[in-house]
Amino acid sequence: MAVAGSETRFPTTPSFRLDGQKALVTGASKGIGRAIAIAYAEAGADVVLAARSLPEMEATVDGLARKGLKARAFALDVTDREAVRAMVAKHGPFDILLNNAGTNIREPFLEAKDASVDALIDLNIRAAFTVAQAVAQGMVSAGRRGAIVNLSSVNGHVAGINRSVYTATKHALEGLTKAMAAELGPHGIRVNAICPTFIETPLTAGVLSDEAFMARAVRAIPLGRIGQVEDIMGAAVFLAAPASGLISGASLLIDGGMCCL
Amino acid sequence: MGRFPGFGLQGMRALVTGASRGIGRAAAEAMAEAGAHVVLAARAKEDLDEAVAGIRAGGGSAEALVLDVTDTEAVRGAVAATGPFDALFNNAGINRPLPFLEVDEATYDDLYGVNVRAAFFVAQAVAKGMVDAGRGGVIVNTSSQMGVVGGPNRAVYCGTKHAVEGMTKAMAVELAPLGIRVVTVGPTFVETALAAKAFATPEARAGIVSRIPMGRPATVEEVAQTVVFLCSPAAAMVTGTHLLVDGGWTAQ
Repeated sequence: MAVAGSETRFPTTPSFRLDGQKALVTGASKGIGRAIAIAYAEAGADVVLAARSLPEMEATVDGLARKGLKARAFALDVTDREAVRAMVAKHGPFDILLNNAGTNIREPFLEAKDASVDALIDLNIRAAFTVAQAVAQGMVSAGRRGAIVNLSSVNGHVAGINRSVYTATKHALEGLTKAMAAELGPHGIRVNAICPTFIETPLTAGVLSDEAFMARAVRAIPLGRIGQVEDIMGAAVFLAAPASGLISGASLLIDGGMCCL
Repeated sequence: MGRFPGFGLQGMRALVTGASRGIGRAAAEAMAEAGAHVVLAARAKEDLDEAVAGIRAGGGSAEALVLDVTDTEAVRGAVAATGPFDALFNNAGINRPLPFLEVDEATYDDLYGVNVRAAFFVAQAVAKGMVDAGRGGVIVNTSSQMGVVGGPNRAVYCGTKHAVEGMTKAMAVELAPLGIRVVTVGPTFVETALAAKAFATPEARAGIVSRIPMGRPATVEEVAQTVVFLCSPAAAMVTGTHLLVDGGWTAQ
């Protein structure tokens, strides 16, 4: 208890650093995943980048190596359960997971194809579940605490037009985050979600090149701008670091106030 | 490669209310350690002086401001005299747990007077100063997990903290065009003097901890670092929302 007396001490600041920690980042070849892999390495973590496309990740690893930072890249299709389990068994155990691999297919609800529904559910939910389960199993088996950050979206909280499937998958990820937080807390594993608004990345380059869409998007964001990957990097580091030691089951909106309106 | 935005608060002037002890004091210390000049405001001069001396001894920059946040005129005068600020940790707050059926008017008025009314006018005064100075800024309001869920004997407290959540969203919408972010930090039970009664018996403590999947209450330092994060450039796109520090309490 911080009763009178014990409050006279100068408190120790819990760190924003990730030194000595091993992090897995999925969907690390570009966009938000790539930026967070860089942020984790800069914060001192030993980072394993995973995605299907190796060349882009190798360029990132080279860039980090030139700055004296530790990272490795492995080709991985996260929808391949056996490959995920083998990869985590071989290169784990991890202290941090950025569970980021995901995609979007924009279609009106009335026209959404079976293939789109299956693909988005397969990647955004099923693969995210498998990766998180494998990494958490590794953490528990190794008897180490850890932090899992699931890459959700504002569409984990509110709907987006032509995004019915994406919205459903991100709401599922929000539910998964809470359930994992409840079950993994006793193991010392924290689980949180990050919910960005539109961020300028290769995933959003198509829609954001449409001037009318961009204008609508900016109007929907009180801060008056689209997000950049830099807006996500700090939150991802914070939620992985000792500084957020009792944050679990939380969902952090990084939306410039979009969900207030 | 992306430029990693830091968690530093260098060059910022910050006002922290309820800074004499507990979360406010720890946040003031953490913000000073992150590089801000911190004005610590509360009624208890001796505690403030001690906190300021501690910050200065650690190499930080701070000053004490004796202030009753429920005195709106005093708040306006003090903010005009010591501002403008780049950051406000709007933290002064009280709780007096009582069964709903037994809540008296004085308790109701006191809690709403400090937790909502004073928080509103402190934020208004600081935001006016930011706007007049032509600078953006950030306001972090202290909410609680009780701003999101309910709790026994907390009908008044929960009402005030839900009000803080609503006020935060509306302020975020209005102040965003002026470059001012507004967010809340929402702790679970924290090891402070305010929560001491809640932890008074081992049974009471076990009852609380059993609701927290992480298996322990929050420390003031963890809440303080969350405030540092929310005030820093790393959170530049975070506004109009809450960040719960509840170990999973509200997740289940």
